[in-house]
Amino acid sequence: MSDNVKQKNKYMKPLINGLIHENPTFVLMLGMCPTLAVTTSASNALGMGLSTALVLIASNIMISLLRKVIPDTVRMPAYIVIVASFVTVVQFLLEAFVPSLHESLGIYIPLIVVNCIILGRAEAFASRNSVGESLMDGIGMGIGFTVGLLAIGIVRELIGKGTIFDFTIMPDAYEPFNIFVLAPGAFFVLSGLTALQNKLKLKSATNVSYNNSDGSCSGDCASCGASVSEAKKED
Amino acid sequence: MGELLLIIIASVLVNNVVLSQFLGICPFLGVSRKIETATGMGLAVVFVITLSSMFTNLIYNYILVNVGLEYLQTIVFILVIAALVQLVEMVLKKYSPGLYESLGVYLTLITTNCAVLGVALINVQKSYSFVESLVNGFGTAIGFLLAIVLMAGIRENSEHNDVPNSFQGTPIVLVSAGLMAMAFYGFGGLL
Repeated sequence: MSDNVKQKNKYMKPLINGLIHENPTFVLMLGMCPTLAVTTSASNALGMGLSTALVLIASNIMISLLRKVIPDTVRMPAYIVIVASFVTVVQFLLEAFVPSLHESLGIYIPLIVVNCIILGRAEAFASRNSVGESLMDGIGMGIGFTVGLLAIGIVRELIGKGTIFDFTIMPDAYEPFNIFVLAPGAFFVLSGLTALQNKLKLKSATNVSYNNSDGSCSGDCASCGASVSEAKKED
Repeated sequence: MGELLLIIIASVLVNNVVLSQFLGICPFLGVSRKIETATGMGLAVVFVITLSSMFTNLIYNYILVNVGLEYLQTIVFILVIAALVQLVEMVLKKYSPGLYESLGVYLTLITTNCAVLGVALINVQKSYSFVESLVNGFGTAIGFLLAIVLMAGIRENSEHNDVPNSFQGTPIVLVSAGLMAMAFYGFGGLL
């Protein structure tokens, strides 16, 4: 019985972790480029979030499967090739089945390759854990990222256009603040949300009290780049 | 010539890579604490983006198109960029230790800077010629340098300001970035 519970916890833990404790958008502050760029509407945010989640899950599984095969010295280039292949697949799927989304996300789909979350999870989790756990970690992180994007997307679309998923929410008399769907709005909304986090003293990479020492990719992306390149230098 | 000038103005000011296209946000927020480091990072980016837009353009037009493997562009570009960064680092280390000393730390951070891959992909998307790619890459990188140095200047000056508790750290930086983006939005009237 207790074994069964333990077994369940083993898989639930990475899932909850990605969703809440280490939410990539709000806690780890990773993948800022798509977070700001494609959240002009809730549906774009959802599309981007799900595409990234798909790539993350697929690459987590693949890297976890190959973790004993890939030599340690060339692991970074190997991860990059695996991630880039899945991104190309997702790009074609979107182009074939949801061309309108493909059109509006544009260049940000291939840029999923350089999203810190994916390489970060590959390095910090998938290369060290079993396939099942990596799958759950991918789902947790993927959904966590989607939720983060969706939160920003909903706020921007609501204030900037008065709609959510193109359904009119605000009364007719509401004059939309156009600026929120333009570039500056992205900065303002994210700033407001992180300030709220600070106010509520939630755990976040931006909080002074939160010390991120575990994982190679927590904290800001600069440290992620550093950890990637350090790994490369060992070659 | 007029066309090239247009590309430069568009890439430096109107479509500023950081403030309107949101590429390279991570170094923009992460390495903009001091003007000195921001300049170093900016110069390293100028160097790498200009080189990589040259190489990716040649590889795309003369290899990928010829063998009909255009769909491999993402994979090929990211590998080229990673290799290029390593190469630049090695060459600088050997032949120009002074420059390496000042740019070296930033070079390693650049592989994961999405602006580099972004520019390469935009060049393909807009089917720019070799010279146009080069100019667009250079302009974009100068735009990045401009944005990150301005940001560092703002941060140096606002460091000791009385910022509300919950806005300290990243939130106030994001607010400044938003205001800068608004200012740059005004350049839209140039074209």
